[in-house]
Amino acid sequence: MIFPELQKQARLRLLKMHFEAKVGHIGGNLSSLDAILYLHHNVMQKEDHFILSKGHAAGALYIALWSVGKISDEQLLTFHKEQTKLAGHPAPNWIAEIPFATGSLGHGLGLACGMSVGNKLQKKEGRIFCLMSDGEWQEGSNFEALVFLNHQQLKNVTVIIDCNGLQGFGTTEEIASLNLKKLHEIFAVFNFEITEINGHEEADLKKLFRAADRPQIFLMNTIKGYGVSFMENQMQWHYLPLDEELYNRAKKEIENL
Amino acid sequence: MREIFCAEMIKAYAKKPFVFLTGDLGFKALEPLREIMKDHFINAGIAEQNMISTAAGIAKTGLPVFCYSISPFIYARPFEQIRNDICLHNLPVTLIGNGGGYGYGVMGATHHAIEDYGSLLCLQNMHVFIPAFDFDIGAMISRISNLNKPAFLRLGLAQKTAEISYAKWRKVLDGDLGVLIVTGSIVSNLLHDFQSEEIGARPAIWVLGELPLFDDFPQELVQEISCKKLCVLEEHVAQGGIGQIIATKILGKNIALKSFLHLHAQGYISGFYGSQNFHRQESQLTKKAVISAFKLN
Repeated sequence: MIFPELQKQARLRLLKMHFEAKVGHIGGNLSSLDAILYLHHNVMQKEDHFILSKGHAAGALYIALWSVGKISDEQLLTFHKEQTKLAGHPAPNWIAEIPFATGSLGHGLGLACGMSVGNKLQKKEGRIFCLMSDGEWQEGSNFEALVFLNHQQLKNVTVIIDCNGLQGFGTTEEIASLNLKKLHEIFAVFNFEITEINGHEEADLKKLFRAADRPQIFLMNTIKGYGVSFMENQMQWHYLPLDEELYNRAKKEIENL
Repeated sequence: MREIFCAEMIKAYAKKPFVFLTGDLGFKALEPLREIMKDHFINAGIAEQNMISTAAGIAKTGLPVFCYSISPFIYARPFEQIRNDICLHNLPVTLIGNGGGYGYGVMGATHHAIEDYGSLLCLQNMHVFIPAFDFDIGAMISRISNLNKPAFLRLGLAQKTAEISYAKWRKVLDGDLGVLIVTGSIVSNLLHDFQSEEIGARPAIWVLGELPLFDDFPQELVQEISCKKLCVLEEHVAQGGIGQIIATKILGKNIALKSFLHLHAQGYISGFYGSQNFHRQESQLTKKAVISAFKLN
């Protein structure tokens, strides 16, 4: 399947899953979905690991894993229901492709550093990809991890930051004077390979390559609620579930792309 | 206990590789371990949250990890990382807290650890090891290695005593005054103080070295406390301490006591600071308080 078609099918399935479960967090799922899909289909190898530091994009991860055959249709139907493994934020200890339960922000980068150190000491192959949110950079633990990552020069770590500019109760600019440019300036102080990409364009996602001689940071320009006109760049879609009318409207928009 | 701890870690590393992370501590104590472990010994810097997440990440790849710091910096500062990254995933990461209880004395309240194991035992899969004597450390490290689960080792400062081989429950002194259950390095002081007393003027002393407690109350202890006076003493606050844990077990087992008394850390009653001994005295964690407790109840 060509990537644009995969994006479309994944987006439809993600919306259906959230509509049926009557849950929100759709906006941040749609800003991350394309990158998570691209990584799992085109970049990651068997020995690699993916850590979803922005655990509230669990739906996007479930859809990506479903699209590569690691999560079944039956499992996907249990999303957010009683007796499910597919909780609103990734749960621990049930599938190798989700090495860590996440959901509290500011954990993923330290975990990625640890997996990288562990692999290095045991001479194991494998790159660690860590997807973070931009708002998450208000968490102090990330700066602890950043210093460690730089000092140890863990070159098998790739950090991808979903810069959709919106967080729980406002924009990252309003709340913390943080934006993609500011984050770039902060990271530029360290010895990282920093690349800015569009997080929805295949041509840019192709830059998420594996080999590097120092830790990589990708600052991904994204749109919260991407692909659904009434959700795009709207903070409320951090939270809101879809009703039937809006679901049908969103579905139609994506199908007609 | 730090020098013995270092020597025992060197022995353990020779048997089974692990990674040792320190939060920039260990000066004049851990240098020999660093020499031997080389790249497996990492100074993770003054960044305890990251140290714990990093430890979880390393453990996930298959290597056990020991993380070392002054006690409150390792259990209180990164509590969520311990909860989410280590315990939820049942990973073999051991937290080593130096200076259990009032161990850091006049260094002040920020360095004390009087609510450490109570807090940690609330977490999934966590096991706690509390050495009473220096020579317990080797046995505990060996048990931790075999356990392969989240663990906390509470290091303290113990008086020298004759070697008593390690067990989770140990009777270290006979006595007829009642039964005293103690945990941690304060045992060595009490043992030293009570040993010179006549058997009728001292309690039997039992030492508890590991938590949580399961249904592993020794039969001998059950018999000994039945219809007797029991005192539990610990350098830890009452909430979440062994006093509460043991009381619950006793109720669950329908053991009748003559009386139950709990001596525990009481924080900073006077608002003044001093040595570990000063704070122990202020919290009534003394031979005198134990004797009074048995005589009054």
